[in-house]
Amino acid sequence: MPMQTTSKVLLMSVIAMTTITSSVFAGGPDKPGASVVKPDADNAGLKLPAGFGALKVAEGLGRTRHIAVTNNGSIYVKLDRAKNNNGILFLQDTNGDGKVDKQSGFGNYGGTGIYVKGDYLYATSNENIYRYKLDAQQQVTDPANPETVVSGLLDRRQHESKSIVLDDAGNIYVNVGAYSNSCQTQDRTQGSLGMQPCPVLDSAGGIWQFKADKLNQAYGDGVRYATGLRNVVGLDWNKSQNQLFVMQHGRDQLHDLFPSLYTEKQSADLPAECMYALKQGSDCGWPYIYYDPFTNRKMLAPEYGGDGKKTGGETAENPVVAFPAHMAPNGLLFYTGTQFPEKYRNGAFIAFHGSWNRSPENQAGYYVVFVPFKDGKPSGKWEVFADGFAGPGPVKSPGDAQHRPCGLAQGPDGSLYVTDDAKGTVYRIVYKAK
Amino acid sequence: MGKWILAVMPLLIAGLCVTAQVKKPAKPTAKPVAASSATIARGKALYRQYCISCHQENGSGVPRMNPPLIKTEYVLGDKTRLIGILLNGFNEDVEINGDYYSNPMPSQAALKDQEIADILSYVRNSFGNKASTVSAAEVTTVREAKK
Ligand code: HEC
Repeated sequence: MPMQTTSKVLLMSVIAMTTITSSVFAGGPDKPGASVVKPDADNAGLKLPAGFGALKVAEGLGRTRHIAVTNNGSIYVKLDRAKNNNGILFLQDTNGDGKVDKQSGFGNYGGTGIYVKGDYLYATSNENIYRYKLDAQQQVTDPANPETVVSGLLDRRQHESKSIVLDDAGNIYVNVGAYSNSCQTQDRTQGSLGMQPCPVLDSAGGIWQFKADKLNQAYGDGVRYATGLRNVVGLDWNKSQNQLFVMQHGRDQLHDLFPSLYTEKQSADLPAECMYALKQGSDCGWPYIYYDPFTNRKMLAPEYGGDGKKTGGETAENPVVAFPAHMAPNGLLFYTGTQFPEKYRNGAFIAFHGSWNRSPENQAGYYVVFVPFKDGKPSGKWEVFADGFAGPGPVKSPGDAQHRPCGLAQGPDGSLYVTDDAKGTVYRIVYKAK
Repeated sequence: MGKWILAVMPLLIAGLCVTAQVKKPAKPTAKPVAASSATIARGKALYRQYCISCHQENGSGVPRMNPPLIKTEYVLGDKTRLIGILLNGFNEDVEINGDYYSNPMPSQAALKDQEIADILSYVRNSFGNKASTVSAAEVTTVREAKK
């Protein structure tokens, strides 16, 4: 991979006959140690561990959801809603200062998912998966004519975004979020009980697997790879384990819906946002259970007879990591670069979009965390890696947050990119210690 | 706000009604509509209980998911439609103040007419909104028409 990338970079510079000295050119991809781009004087307003710096590579782009970085450091971002008929932005830094100075757009549809693999860029609307052929510089060759890989994925508004990732065996994985909070007969209605069995799980509430190179697939052509996942936005293929990892958004509103069983405080703190390592056939238990991060137990949901004390879901997967409630993990990335110190190798970065249903407590999240991994298992406690996105004040309501982390990607030089879908900022975090 | 009386036009002309703020005395045909502080206090407590998770304490909502209740055409507009949203819930792909919101709004029909009236009176006179109050009788009328 590094060889290939270097040759492509060389080729490109020869063709272009430019005097570009971008980080990639200067440092070479995957060069260990310090980054050559200069962080912003205020580190883009972020609080980072010692030795790290950050810059805003672009701002005001729109609702930037997920992001993919090409092997020469150019960027594709997916917009939640198309802006000027562009749902995908292609961002380039032609003078090597780290800042985007050239921008184009295509794809007249909103959505969340975007991923580069091999010779294709894959992108999703809330119903379909498209792909675009890439040239040697990983630039889309025909932006106006994508091929449809999958169409007709369920979008019933709630939990509509379709995130994607590919494995190394020609498969694409897409989340189909549950069009429900907890499969109540009447969604989000106080006291309404759960449907038994939950019919949502037939067509949603899980991860579906399709062939990456087969066009025009319908629902039935896919495999329900994993179920019992309420809504996944952040997911990644862990290359060292050859395994799909996902971040679930846990259920909302325990107190609103069952006030006699849960206090407001309990509702703010339950349930955990969970990371799962999936195998084909995994069942993570939604809607029948939720995960209590304080007792580390799978609890029977109140819609299904739970009372805050009864456990359940004996056969359901256990999470790999349990995070505080409602923080909304929207991006997951296993770091494989060498720019960051050894500790970060193969560990997980998670972008938490930040909570909304912790009222009347302050909201939480709005940061990027790191979990060290060894041999596919967490080797230490999670820690906040990048904070300060929301701004100085406490966040009473999500609207108070200046920026909200959403997507994550790794650059060819090992930089970490973070999108913000509140103000359309793209951040680049670099390790600057020499 | 105390000295001011908010009055609705006698008839709700078209779906979008513009509420006028006039000095007392109100037009004789208009119902007494000033939000008493007791109504607002009751509405606020109920709002906190039933609406705050989604629409937030300051009515600003949640980007992409739950719409704001700040100067939207639904909050300030036709009261029949507004009451209907609370009684029936709301789950349509509509633009609200220039954005779209993906969560469903559950029906609040389990609340009493007076409670819905108090909540809506509070909402229509909070978060920068200024509009006439909603009476329990108006809620009853919409509920009856629904049957
Ligand atoms: C579970 C979350 C939720 C709860 C609880 C909830 N709403 Fe809503 N509400 C929504 C959503 C989501 C929409 C928009 C639905 C759509 O776009 O179809 C909405 C729409 C509205 C609207 C019309 C659109 C606008 O923004 O003006 C009003 C008015 C409203 N809600 C008032 C209330 C009031 C008052 C309460 C409390 C009695 C309440 N809602 C409780 C989620 C909720």
